Amino acid sequence: MSGGGPALRSNVRRAQAGTTESPVVRWLLIGLALAFMGLFLVLPLAAVATEALRKGLDAYLEALREPDAWSAIRLTLIVAAITVPLNLVFGVAAAWAIAKFEFRGKAILTTLVDLPFAVSPVVAGLIYVLVFGAQGWFGPWLAEHNIKIIFAVPGIVLATVFVTFPFIARELIPLMQAQGTDEEQAAIVLGATGWQTFWRVTLPNIKWGLLYGVILCNARAMGEFGAVSVVSGHIRGQTNTMPLHVEVLYNEYQSVAAFAVASLLAILALVTLVIKSVIEWRHEREMKALADLPPERPPTPQDAAAA
Amino acid sequence: MGASISPALPSKPAAPVLRGGGPGRSGKAKRVLPGFNLTLGYALFYLCLIVLIPLSALVFKTFTLSWDQFWTAVSSPRVLASYRLTFGASLLAAIVNLFGGLLVAWVLVRYHFPGKRIVDALVDLPFALPTAVAGISLTALLAGNGWIGQFLEPHGIKLAFTPAGVVIALIFIGLPFVVRTVQPVLEDTEKELEEAATSLGATRWQTFWRVILPSIMPALMTGFAMAFARAIGEYGSVIFIAGNMPMVSEITPLIIIGKLEQYDFAGATAVALVMLVISFVMLLVINALQGWQRKRSGGTA
Repeated sequence: MSGGGPALRSNVRRAQAGTTESPVVRWLLIGLALAFMGLFLVLPLAAVATEALRKGLDAYLEALREPDAWSAIRLTLIVAAITVPLNLVFGVAAAWAIAKFEFRGKAILTTLVDLPFAVSPVVAGLIYVLVFGAQGWFGPWLAEHNIKIIFAVPGIVLATVFVTFPFIARELIPLMQAQGTDEEQAAIVLGATGWQTFWRVTLPNIKWGLLYGVILCNARAMGEFGAVSVVSGHIRGQTNTMPLHVEVLYNEYQSVAAFAVASLLAILALVTLVIKSVIEWRHEREMKALADLPPERPPTPQDAAAA
Repeated sequence: MGASISPALPSKPAAPVLRGGGPGRSGKAKRVLPGFNLTLGYALFYLCLIVLIPLSALVFKTFTLSWDQFWTAVSSPRVLASYRLTFGASLLAAIVNLFGGLLVAWVLVRYHFPGKRIVDALVDLPFALPTAVAGISLTALLAGNGWIGQFLEPHGIKLAFTPAGVVIALIFIGLPFVVRTVQPVLEDTEKELEEAATSLGATRWQTFWRVILPSIMPALMTGFAMAFARAIGEYGSVIFIAGNMPMVSEITPLIIIGKLEQYDFAGATAVALVMLVISFVMLLVINALQGWQRKRSGGTA
């Protein structure tokens, strides 16, 4: 900004103009983008907060203290606590097989892992009704043995597992593919067992991606509505998760109570976004730090040959 | 699962040992790592248990219907109206997101402004916010007494409880897809190409249209297809705002729920199969688009 004659400055400006826009256009585009985001993302969030607090803080807290709200919160936590570890184990196993090995049908397997994302949540709920429901494959057998899956907690867990199925695997597969197998091979050749290699070599490399997948999986598991709605049966105080409880309250015109429970879910979403951003920023910083470091590893034979 | 405790690993892999099967990808090197059978076996087992067997139940259940029963279930006027709404609204929402998403991605990659990191983080809100919460808060905003609705209603514009409300909910749901697919590609585009275009006399608009847009086209289309696919299956955010009037503002997933509530399992299954087939097709389209994108980025690198 300082120094340089007027001629030089205008030259610089003209050179930059080739890869950016004039300030007017720039601020216009920024303004448009922010207006779009504000209208569709910020306003709904603000609406949740104001609707929840419309009758004051006391009414808000009263709504959250209700026993049905509590049992919904408890059920949501239980469902997430079962779902996330199940999909975590699957995600790591699938990523290890897909990223570290070559085998026939790998492309098909990768596509199938993504399949639950493409299926409508309502269809996801329906398929479990067809398998475990009263008219389903195992319905009569389950009724005979007095086991309830549909309209009970196991059904809710199954439907949630289905809709959150790909989250962790999908996060890990590209990450582990990019990292290759050299470090693991080195560990094995040096005598480490498979588990040691995983715990000490692979896991430290994928920990951020893993955490990223886990929090996204958790957010979806706690917030799933469509699939759970089909299998839950909406029994108050028993099979209502938080999103379902929000629906029940809303349909009973208990607006403040509905938005109070919804506000907890909105806070969950915001916490998820904060953790996610922190992970991304840390990862960025680590990448930058790595790039600044002098090469630590001895050159590979190929590098040596090239030099 | 040998529990033998061997000495701790040295932190630096020694180079000479690697010489055999390291960077050179010989066939043998691939099987140096253990756990292939265990992890692939478990992944397949879990995939079958959770996804494939229940989905096959849908197909088998449909086979118990006669062709006529199936056809009546999936082509009654009310169901046809729901397809029109679901596809029309999803397409409109995906088109809005195509432009809005490109704009947001462009601004986030190319410009600096205060609060940019917060805006960037906020893009993912629709992924993190439960759909039911989005549904009731959008309804509260657009209803006649809501923040936005109170200004529109006097002019005769009604958004909540109409098909327009469905489109708005679907725009919300699909917003992150285009941004998140275009953003990394835009970050990787080479400024040199733009400089070359400018020095050859192209205007900024020509540069965008002829140089930048073709390079982000695959990503743009992938994001568009993802937003569209997500919108077709969406249920939670839509049912609150749609009003759910048969023939007018009833989406296809709600038809399935309605049939289930009347214990019409066969009808629900038939409509669900139609949706499942569409999901499959969309998944293949998205895969093909991603392949195109990989080829494109591989070609320029």
